[in-house]
Amino acid sequence: MSDDNGKGAEKDIGSREQFEEMVKRLELSDNSLIGLYRTMCTIRHFEYMADKLYAAGKVHGTMHLSAGQEAVAAGISQAVRPDDYLINHHRGHGHFIAKGADINMMMAEFLGKDTGYNHGRGGSMHIADFQSNNLGANGIVGGGIPQAVGVGLALKMQKRKEICICIFGDGAANEGVFHEAMNMAALWNLPVLYICENNKYGMSMDVEHAVAKLPIAQRADAYGIPWACVDGNDVVEVYEAMKTAADHVRAGKGPYFVETITYRYFGHSKSDRNLYRSKEEIEDWKRNRDPIMRFTKHLLQSEILDEGQAQEIDTQAEQVIVKAVEYAEASPEPDISTLMEYVYA
Amino acid sequence: MPELSYLEAIRQALWQEMKRDERVFLLGEDIGRYGGAFGLTHGMLDEFGEERVRETPISEATIVATAIGASLLGMRPVAEIMFMDFILLALDQMVNQAAKMHFMFGGRTSVPMVVRMPGGSGSGAASQHSQSLESVLMHFPGLIVINPSTPYDAKGLMLSAIRNPNPVCFVEHKILYKTKGEVPEDDYTIPIGVAEIKRPGRDITVVANNIMVIKTIHVAEKLSKEGIEVEVIDPRTLLPLDTKTIIDSVARTGRLLVVHEACQTGGWAGEVIASVVGSPAFDYIDAPVRRLGGKDIPIPYNRGLEMAAVPQEAEIEQEIRALVGGKI
Ligand SMILES: Cc1ncc(C[n+]2csc(CCOP(=O)(O)OP(=O)(O)O)c2C)c(N)n1
Repeated sequence: MSDDNGKGAEKDIGSREQFEEMVKRLELSDNSLIGLYRTMCTIRHFEYMADKLYAAGKVHGTMHLSAGQEAVAAGISQAVRPDDYLINHHRGHGHFIAKGADINMMMAEFLGKDTGYNHGRGGSMHIADFQSNNLGANGIVGGGIPQAVGVGLALKMQKRKEICICIFGDGAANEGVFHEAMNMAALWNLPVLYICENNKYGMSMDVEHAVAKLPIAQRADAYGIPWACVDGNDVVEVYEAMKTAADHVRAGKGPYFVETITYRYFGHSKSDRNLYRSKEEIEDWKRNRDPIMRFTKHLLQSEILDEGQAQEIDTQAEQVIVKAVEYAEASPEPDISTLMEYVYA
Repeated sequence: MPELSYLEAIRQALWQEMKRDERVFLLGEDIGRYGGAFGLTHGMLDEFGEERVRETPISEATIVATAIGASLLGMRPVAEIMFMDFILLALDQMVNQAAKMHFMFGGRTSVPMVVRMPGGSGSGAASQHSQSLESVLMHFPGLIVINPSTPYDAKGLMLSAIRNPNPVCFVEHKILYKTKGEVPEDDYTIPIGVAEIKRPGRDITVVANNIMVIKTIHVAEKLSKEGIEVEVIDPRTLLPLDTKTIIDSVARTGRLLVVHEACQTGGWAGEVIASVVGSPAFDYIDAPVRRLGGKDIPIPYNRGLEMAAVPQEAEIEQEIRALVGGKI
């Protein structure tokens, strides 16, 4: 289990040799590493832009931002295949971006436009892209966890090679369906990779006060599901755990459970005033354990990128987001005359 | 034409559809060797195997969720909720998830699943195993709520339900399971959202569902001997509700009574009545429009109390006589 104390000095990222040895062992090419970096930058820019748009009064509804958690999303997507199925939760922007969603359509949905993934019916909490096997986020905490059983069952019955990735938060692990689903997924040996993104808090409730026994992942023992609990702010560590897990699941050996310890920078949603945690705590995570900062240091240290290149990728990522906002803002609102559409297929 | 029970008719529909379409599979508690709490799936495990007659742990929410997930990948699951009362444990999946997915995701996916659930009182199963919750379920756009009264309708509607791309609540009535009727062997469907006039009549329209259709027809036959002609309408599907057939009928008969077993308060009769009195049929109404629902109490255990809790033939007859006789 990772050290999740989060207080104090800058996280020691380890030596250049250690990093390079790990990257070599995992057969991660420079291109893959740069891809991870680009994904993380894109997510970060999307989330900060979302916050900015909200502050500017351009967002009608709510949002759940994942800045600080980018390594989890990037690490997962690197370890699984593009056609694997994804069942996501409300804090889902990062996972969608990492899965390769069209950022214009995401942004348009966020702004409630007709060109968005859901024609403006869903908003941030319900983005889905069925063409790329992205089965959507969920506004009900834990709501997707049991649905992954059905997706896994169908994959098994259809004798397919894809797996189902099901992502949820630490809070969701306390819903009753979590236990029903773990039991059934294990019982039927289903191809489901369960990922608990432990960002230390539900809405405001910290895990220590909500979970009788940590880590959450050890609950998997009760169902005979193998598990791991990793540092979710270390993208290579996340990748390694997800690769092991995904290989296990794809080999037909049944579900796997990975918990990632991470931290969200923004409040829970738009109404959060951060009364339940200190500024110092937030600052500490940002300054000392930021996943992008840590990874950038490795990339520079190992000369995979130089400062200028790193900066350029970051700027490109920002441009993608700026363009997406332009696209979304220029897009039409859904026509009111279409109000009654999509109720029945 | 062969005679089948309501239960056998549903089984035949499932059986035939599983033969025809390999995407169809069953899941639920004790549906294998045991054959389900009412024996409806009896024999299906031997025919189709464990994979397609999938027994689940006692986990209603995840049963429905599993059906949802599988349907998103193109399967055609038919889940059994042992007693309708237990759908309340799965209501999040039914309502917040299944009912909304097509809409919330901008029409880009659908949830073609059927959830079967026997409801209704009359078996001495008391308060937690006897409810008629169809009025609750019809409050949720995106769901289809089917409620057959005869073996013939049950088979045809089940085949339509499985082939429909939307989430369907298929509400059966446990007391009807043994009732018999003619059911063709072949493949036929009954359209969803279309009511049927079960018996034509000129004096009063009575709209009733499942077991109340049977009771009302008995009463109508009796009254017919005295020259009172009752038109009995079975909506068959409660959501979407075929108000047109009902409104047209009331425009002809000038009188309306709605009978259901579900608790009167908040029951679907209110929906029917509001649709009729707000329609042009209002001009033809000659008597107060009335409803006869279940009493607003949980279903009691004792046989006498249980019977008194839901409309019986005597009360239906009394209501009709009063309305036709101008006594209300
Ligand atoms: C069933 C349900 N209960 C409560 C909420 C309100 N709510 C939304 S997100 C949230 C916290 C969820 O925490 P967690 O699962 O850890 O995810 P995180 O937000 O931390 O990413 C709560 C309480 C909800 N949407 N659904």
